[in-house]
Amino acid sequence: MDLSTINPAILLASLMIASTPILLAAIGELVAEKSGVLNLGVEGMMITGAICGFIAAVETGSPTMGFLAAAVGGAVLSMTFGILTQFFLSNQVATGLALTLFGLGLSSLMGQSYVGLKPPPVGDINFGPLADIPFLGRVLFQHDAMVYVSILIVAAVWAFLKFTRAGLILRAVGESHGAAHALGYKVVAVRLAAIAFGGACAGLGGAYLSLVRVPQWTEGMTAGAGWIALAIVVFGSWKPWRVLIGAYLFGGVTVLQLNLQAAGVEVPVEYLSMSPYLITILVLVIMSSGRGRAALNAPASLGRTFHASS
Amino acid sequence: MIRLEKRPQPSKAWSYATPLLAVLLTMVAGGALFAILGKDPLLAIRTIFWEPLFGEFAWYYRGQLLIKAGPLVLIAIGLSLGFRAGIWNIGAEGQYIMGAIFGAAVGLAFYPMEARWLIFPLMIIAGAFGGFVWAMIPALLKTKFNTNEILVSLLLVYVAEQFLASMALGLLRNPEGSGFPGSRNLQQYPAAANGELIAGTGLHWGGVAALIAVILAYILLNRHMLGFQIRVTGESPRAARFAGVKPNLLVVVCMGISGGLAGLAGLFEVAGPAGQISIDFNSGYGFTAIIVAFLGRLHPVGILLAGLLLALTYIGGEAAQANLGLPAAAIQAFQGMLLFFLLAVDVLTNFRVRIGKGEMA
Repeated sequence: MDLSTINPAILLASLMIASTPILLAAIGELVAEKSGVLNLGVEGMMITGAICGFIAAVETGSPTMGFLAAAVGGAVLSMTFGILTQFFLSNQVATGLALTLFGLGLSSLMGQSYVGLKPPPVGDINFGPLADIPFLGRVLFQHDAMVYVSILIVAAVWAFLKFTRAGLILRAVGESHGAAHALGYKVVAVRLAAIAFGGACAGLGGAYLSLVRVPQWTEGMTAGAGWIALAIVVFGSWKPWRVLIGAYLFGGVTVLQLNLQAAGVEVPVEYLSMSPYLITILVLVIMSSGRGRAALNAPASLGRTFHASS
Repeated sequence: MIRLEKRPQPSKAWSYATPLLAVLLTMVAGGALFAILGKDPLLAIRTIFWEPLFGEFAWYYRGQLLIKAGPLVLIAIGLSLGFRAGIWNIGAEGQYIMGAIFGAAVGLAFYPMEARWLIFPLMIIAGAFGGFVWAMIPALLKTKFNTNEILVSLLLVYVAEQFLASMALGLLRNPEGSGFPGSRNLQQYPAAANGELIAGTGLHWGGVAALIAVILAYILLNRHMLGFQIRVTGESPRAARFAGVKPNLLVVVCMGISGGLAGLAGLFEVAGPAGQISIDFNSGYGFTAIIVAFLGRLHPVGILLAGLLLALTYIGGEAAQANLGLPAAAIQAFQGMLLFFLLAVDVLTNFRVRIGKGEMA
């Protein structure tokens, strides 16, 4: 075992890469949950985004097209969930599970002839002299565009929810759909938009996995990332910046255990691979045990079906 | 304009008709999917649903039917109890794995003793216990710390998969397997093998256990206080508290039963059709069982029928893979689609569809 091989600058830099897929999926799910919709299909939307993005990137040779296709793919798939829960008034938990099961099947079906291919490389953004700053340059300024886009999305979601009228309406719908409906807001339309945004973000997160992080297509490659994103929304108590912290903490654990595996720690690989999931569970326990403080911040209408009775 | 009007009571007729309608719609949509893949849709549907039962090789496929349906029904029965009460154990796949590991470990510990009367029952107990313990983690975290049981039970699936890999490569590896991963084959160890009970039918102890579970669940739900409490909690948690239901106890009981049954399914699989603990031992029964539970409308008899149908799609899928070159993943998408359609048409059970402008309420 040789821990000195672990370089802190590279560790922190790869932390940002490892966190980005989960951050993207989590911030999208946060918006959906803020509107009162519990979409458990994040995993399914992520993996569909991963394959849509991969196919588009390989076929066009452009990673940008890949990410666009992934966002569209995730959003389209999320609309199945939207239509079922909003128009057919189905149970959100069951429908979300169906979305995940269907997404896993659909993606491996779509990805059949793409196993083993290499996607076009995603280049880093050139920050010029900033990238040459010792330590910080490696950690902060040598990444591809999506890392920064994901942080911008978090900032945008934060500003949208806090400062805009539309954000206020979205939160109102999530807190009390009955009251929002009585005020004349279109509950179903707001929720559909939020679900589509969540789907697009999850799709982007999935494509980040297949185009940058791995970069390859394998069946079931998200390996629970969507579920961890759901847990991180709870961890962040539905606040955008805390979701960012949660995702980076999680990314840190993942990268650290991978580094420990590489450094040859005497713990079997399987137990190190378990650690991200176990730590997510531990964090969930801590967050939910504090006399329901986290629960108090949950949108009041979360997961409840809306049916205007008039 | 189309409006939905809530029924005062869910429609009995529709609650029977919707699963059938969903299956029909899935066949149509699935046919379209197969057509996109360049296969003859009618032939594909026929290969999946007809050939395994009545075709040329039916003698082989019919046996497979019970092998696949057994674990699905066993797991789904357990899940349905929780789902009825609004307790979402979606980590049955993990409990299935843990049941298999515990049960197989007990069997292997006795190798090469020949006392089947002792070893096999002990394995069954260990299998159920393994699943039970794994389900107790989300249950106790839920009752003690109010942690979301959906997320915890699901995350534990990934933990269980890693644990399975470590067992197959480490502790339970076959010492005579010349270094290959995977345990000894339990089918070649008569005292621990879960073989066919009636030759050619595919019926093993797992199928028997599934039938017993169906009957017991039926009695539990209709004749027993616990069943009443489960149903009341599902209909109205507030009313349930007035009726003296202890919500925490109910969470533990429902999760415990579903975990135990999933563990049993895992044990019967590892000692029977699978034969050994290997890295890729689990094949998604724990997730498909969720579809089975909903398709069976959370009713024991319904689940039995739904389990047979889903088992048929597995087998038919294999047949279509062999004969038509239909990709294996197509069946997974097909099963997911089935759940979608089921949830969509379920609206007819609880709502009336009114066309035209209704009177204002």
